[in-house]
Amino acid sequence: MLGIVRQKMLEQSLKKIRPAVSVLRSYSSAAKQMTVREALNSALDEEMSADSKVFLMGEEVGEYQGAYKITKGLLDKYGPERVLDTPITEAGFTGIAVGAAYYGVKPVVEFMTFNFSMQAIDHIINSAAKTNYMSSGRISVPIVFRGPNGAAAGVGAQHSQCYAAWYASCPGLKVLAPYSSEDARGLLKAGIRDPDPVVFLENELLYGESFPVSDEVLDSSFCLPIGKAKIERKGKDVTIAAYSKMVGYALKAAETLEKDGIDAEVINLRSIRPLDRSTINASVRKTNRLVTVEEAFPQHGVGAEICASIVEESFAYLDAPVERIAGADVPMPYAANLERMAVPQVEDIVRAAKRTCYRLVS
Amino acid sequence: MVLGRAFEDMCAQMYYKMFSFVHFYNGQEVVSTGFIKLLKQQDSIVSTYRDPIHALSKGVFTRAVSKLFSKTTGCCRGQGGSMHMFSWEHNVLGGFAFISERIFVATDAAFTSEYKREVLKEVDCDHVTLAFSRDETCNNGQFFGCLNMAALWKLPIVFVIENNLWAIGMSHLRATSDPQIYKKGPAFEMSGVHVDEMDVLKVKEVAKEAIDRVRRGEGPTLVECETYRFRGHSLADPDELRDPAEKVH
Repeated sequence: MLGIVRQKMLEQSLKKIRPAVSVLRSYSSAAKQMTVREALNSALDEEMSADSKVFLMGEEVGEYQGAYKITKGLLDKYGPERVLDTPITEAGFTGIAVGAAYYGVKPVVEFMTFNFSMQAIDHIINSAAKTNYMSSGRISVPIVFRGPNGAAAGVGAQHSQCYAAWYASCPGLKVLAPYSSEDARGLLKAGIRDPDPVVFLENELLYGESFPVSDEVLDSSFCLPIGKAKIERKGKDVTIAAYSKMVGYALKAAETLEKDGIDAEVINLRSIRPLDRSTINASVRKTNRLVTVEEAFPQHGVGAEICASIVEESFAYLDAPVERIAGADVPMPYAANLERMAVPQVEDIVRAAKRTCYRLVS
Repeated sequence: MVLGRAFEDMCAQMYYKMFSFVHFYNGQEVVSTGFIKLLKQQDSIVSTYRDPIHALSKGVFTRAVSKLFSKTTGCCRGQGGSMHMFSWEHNVLGGFAFISERIFVATDAAFTSEYKREVLKEVDCDHVTLAFSRDETCNNGQFFGCLNMAALWKLPIVFVIENNLWAIGMSHLRATSDPQIYKKGPAFEMSGVHVDEMDVLKVKEVAKEAIDRVRRGEGPTLVECETYRFRGHSLADPDELRDPAEKVH
């Protein structure tokens, strides 16, 4: 009995302190399960409830409840003035949203897939990203561009590209890529509250996946810091840095590697821009080996940027060349067998990690 | 037409073996039959992602089927997919995912035809391009850019708008300030024609006039065909927003 009282007192005092969320998680009680879809929906709901300047805009976000049901129920709750179904003109509605953001309202623009954001990319880059700088800080653009990014399943070349590297190369933008439900809630809330334009890259195949979430994550004030990566799994032999769906693959690869006596540290980047260089470098200085994983095309990608950062800051600590795992350098093929070959698989990550450890690769 | 409907119905049954997006054309067959059957081999078509039937009408048969099953015998050897039918020998210049991208491709094809005749002096080159598109495309800025250039340079193109009144779950009437699409033609000094019915003979009559006008060098036409899509946007679409009475056929 005394033990229970002591535990309750500990939980109470920890709630008052509120240090970094990842520390709190290790003390939280039995976790609830939440899908990424529910996480995003609840984050949007809470932010719209807290701030009437937040509104949603996009194709099928209202009456259809969202092409992927992320905005389900929000039209009924907030009305058509705040959940706007748009005609199909990405350039049109993105332009309108950016202009609205200049005047202080907070649009959350949904792209049915980030492949369609290319229709509006001039607005994202020239009208949104660069404006704060060009206006010498006088105009802020508190807008969020969100939607599924990267490969789905069997959707072909024009529906499968990953845009992380393209958007992350542009100063003035923040680029976030959640993996778990905790990431989805915390990062979307942070993005909506942020005064700068945020590109929020979700993943269609993760929408239905369930993750445990603690009470802290479910709290409406929960927020994750932008620019901070998370160490999903501590290790000492090799660092595997990934984002979005590839974090799940990296964790599976780590389990396989453990059986072969390789203890991998898995970093969930969470934030592509700003990139958490200090966490990645600190990890590599500990493990001395690095594998980067992304679904996107290899050239000029996120992995390339991480590699450059390590070479610039931690070169002397490397015991092996950096291994870069990326999607194949072809437009995404349609046939299932070709598609599987064009996207990284768990075995590719395992082999790369073994190569950095100079192990025999079968 | 009958072939097209049978093809789509079989695709629906075989969907889970296909592992792909499939966007059905049920209800809209008249438009593709009415127009494409009037074309010559050298004439081009550019289509939407709802394109297998357009390809079929143009003569791409077994390869279209193979393509849906991602086979190497398919017209793009498993690389393109159901939304992206390409066939050089039949001048099928693709389905495209982005609704306005295809309009540009079609306009370029028409431009090339014109260029071959005027600059390269291929006097027999009277190739026509049919640009198939749908109601939602007409709210997109790029559509207007193409209408302007096509009319300005008198390009040999017919813009065929298959107005099926729905874009996934968005009704055409909710998305468009003036829903009468054919009226957008005259704004660009282009002939705008409306065909109201699912009547293949009426559609054929309008199509013949539009294609002949283009071949005579009198410039492009915008044809709005009011049709209907009996199935959902794709097999993934729960199709809950449309009135079931509308879909009865």
